[in-house]
Amino acid sequence: MADIAFLLLVFFLVTTTISMDKGIGQLLPAIGEELEVNPKNITKVLVNATGQILLDEELIPLNQLRGRIKNMLAQNDRLIVSVKTHSQTKHQVYIDVLDQLKQAGAPRISIAEPDF
Amino acid sequence: MKFRAKTEVKSEIPTASMPDIIFMLLVFFMVTTVLREFEGLQLILPSATKIEKLEFKRNTAHVWVSKAGLVSIDDKRVPVPNIRHVIYAKIAENPRLTISLKADRDTHMKTIMDVQQEFRHANALKVNYAALSRGN
Repeated sequence: MADIAFLLLVFFLVTTTISMDKGIGQLLPAIGEELEVNPKNITKVLVNATGQILLDEELIPLNQLRGRIKNMLAQNDRLIVSVKTHSQTKHQVYIDVLDQLKQAGAPRISIAEPDF
Repeated sequence: MKFRAKTEVKSEIPTASMPDIIFMLLVFFMVTTVLREFEGLQLILPSATKIEKLEFKRNTAHVWVSKAGLVSIDDKRVPVPNIRHVIYAKIAENPRLTISLKADRDTHMKTIMDVQQEFRHANALKVNYAALSRGN
């Protein structure tokens, strides 16, 4: 009996794959749930096709984004960060930006559709 | 002159409960194993620092997006406008579904946004961008 149990145990040990699903979570807005927000509470982060980042019309390097957003959050905790990318922007850059925002602790991140 | 130990110490590991322990491990692995695995597409995931783990494999659907913009769900190629139907069927089955979006690091955002719009149409709002952890 114990032998059979052993055999089954080895089988399940071998076939089990430890879940490697890791990533950055994001909640999408439902269709038709676009709502008006006070423009004072919105910070725009624009990313172009080459990966340059524009924060409120100012070009900044990626590693400064976290600190800047953190400062803004300290001043206004209702801040919504709106991320807008170019259609040719690479996914890695987008993930980098989201990563920086998550590290800054931005609770509300909105994703805007690329214009072109 | 011979010395004799006054008490004989028995050194045996009791094995009577071993089958029970094995059975318990067996049950644990049987419960946690999810046998169905999909291969997906060939891609290199982006890397990030602040990543979170997806809790339950059973509540996760995987969507692969390749560098060229091909989309694959459950090892089947799906054209972008059809994603909503596939995902809608999955959401109807399990409303607590989280979508793990496995996109190549060089995928253009246009494709990602199109795929995301499809998720929204299917009312699948919980998305997790799959990423590898980057050492600090």
